[in-house]
Amino acid sequence: MSTNKEAWGSRIGLILAMAGNAVGFGNFLRFPVQAVQNGGGAFIIPYLTCFLLMGIPLLFIEWSIGRYGGNKGFHSTPFMMHSLDKRAIWKYVGVFGIFSNIGIAAYYCYLESWTLSYTMHSAIGTFTGMTQAQVIQLFSDYISIDKATLIPFESIVFFIICLAINIFILSKGLKGGVERVAKIGMPLLIIFGIFLAIKAVTLKAGTDGAVNDGIVGLNFLWTPDFSSIWSPKVWLAAAGQIFFTLSVGMGSIQCYSSYLKKNDDIALNAMSAGWMNEFVEVVLGGAIIIPICIGYLGIDKIKELAELGGLAIGFKTLPYLFSQWGAALGAISGVMWFGLLFFAGITSSLAMGTPVMSFLMDEFNFTRNKSALTFGLVILILGLPTVLFFNQGVFDEYDYWTGTFSLFVFAMAETILFAWFFGITKGWAEITRGADIRVSIIFKYVIRYITPVLLIFVFIGALISPENSDWSGAFSSLFSGNGWPLENGSILKQLTNASLNEQIQNAVDSVTRDELITKKWLINGARALLLSVFLGISYLVYIAHKKRTKLKEENL
Amino acid sequence: MNTSALILMTISVVSIAAITVYYFIKVLFSKKQ
Repeated sequence: MSTNKEAWGSRIGLILAMAGNAVGFGNFLRFPVQAVQNGGGAFIIPYLTCFLLMGIPLLFIEWSIGRYGGNKGFHSTPFMMHSLDKRAIWKYVGVFGIFSNIGIAAYYCYLESWTLSYTMHSAIGTFTGMTQAQVIQLFSDYISIDKATLIPFESIVFFIICLAINIFILSKGLKGGVERVAKIGMPLLIIFGIFLAIKAVTLKAGTDGAVNDGIVGLNFLWTPDFSSIWSPKVWLAAAGQIFFTLSVGMGSIQCYSSYLKKNDDIALNAMSAGWMNEFVEVVLGGAIIIPICIGYLGIDKIKELAELGGLAIGFKTLPYLFSQWGAALGAISGVMWFGLLFFAGITSSLAMGTPVMSFLMDEFNFTRNKSALTFGLVILILGLPTVLFFNQGVFDEYDYWTGTFSLFVFAMAETILFAWFFGITKGWAEITRGADIRVSIIFKYVIRYITPVLLIFVFIGALISPENSDWSGAFSSLFSGNGWPLENGSILKQLTNASLNEQIQNAVDSVTRDELITKKWLINGARALLLSVFLGISYLVYIAHKKRTKLKEENL
Repeated sequence: MNTSALILMTISVVSIAAITVYYFIKVLFSKKQ
């Protein structure tokens, strides 16, 4: 029935592709900012604890589900989940494993296209001689679409180029496309990262306009505030970071792993790819943006920038700081920085395309080229609202519902399915079969009891996150009869557009009010679009299931 | 650099790098390729 004849060419290729899937923008832009905002060096304690109790168990679970499903001929999560337990609901829970990839790729490829464009701008010396205000203005013009940058509608042009590159690589298949890019991209990414990290930590105050040594930045990042360890907010941030950095809860790990043979190792492969991601995040990611920014802008400024997030530092600040190193070195460093981000991005976006293609090839007999093109077209259509209405918050809306909410829901569901419905005895046998390392029996109990509980806690934490992340204050308020003070960022408040409604109510003039009302329409429109994508995939899964059942009956 | 920052950074960076290299070498020298 299936036209899917994909296979990995080598074990190293698979590990680099898996590590490439995990290594993304977050390793360089999100992790250091999270560390700065959540206890500095002390953040590493909850972070590594979550890696051991949630990250590694989820990697084992997803690799196992993938290999198990793959050996039954399923390469996408709806039918993989159904192969673990025959209740029909799991097929539709598995829809998240396709939906997340489509929804995330729609805005992620746009972000990826920025890195491609900025690599070119760095190479041709656009940033040379610019003031910081000019670099910030260039970025604003770039995302505003209507303002001219290098070429008209530059962000749309680069978005389409980026999609074309993704489609081309995906159409070459796992071995000839994804694996080949990972084998080139990952070593280059690590070399670029090492170069920039060395340059950052060896900055000298008084040289090239630097006001601090690079070591001052490392000192700032790693100075621990041990009191933060007792804050639930810090643990939620650490768990969230582990989640995003490992790309778990998406369905892409399961898809890559589904092309393994029954007795191939998954334990060592999972550990190798997982720890490689940690190396890139903690060792390299922690040594680039904070030391460079503190070296040039000082500690007060980095605290201010951290509030705006890693993207602001990466695109509005670093190009200017690199230009302080002179025209040639500035251009090289810019190419390396944005090139590194591009490789981090493309290895991840390819991992998002593969499950979608596998679903189309498995269930609807699409050829590889046709499925790659279909994926590209869907991402173009779904991604355009994030490009056109970036400033109206559509990009953030996609990120929230597909890149955060869906991942947690899916990871929670798959963990419960694997440990409780499929059963930990069978699950443990899956994890350890063909293993090239001895996996500690402790993980068997962690997967059954600790990981699901931790995931449920994190999800509840996000659902009812209290005002100012003050949990003790929220409980006091609840017990004294004043209710639970929800934060605007909590899932419940997000659902009702609480923050936006407040802004509309407090708008001082009619122009601002109209703009905010339009923004609300666009945000609700984005949600409706994402919901219809989810329902559309569910319908395709229903059709595919019918086809499979009919075929089975005919064969009997 | 202050002592606690230096100790935390050294332990974290060295152990993560060592574990990464350890697993990667194990893969490289594994019979199953």
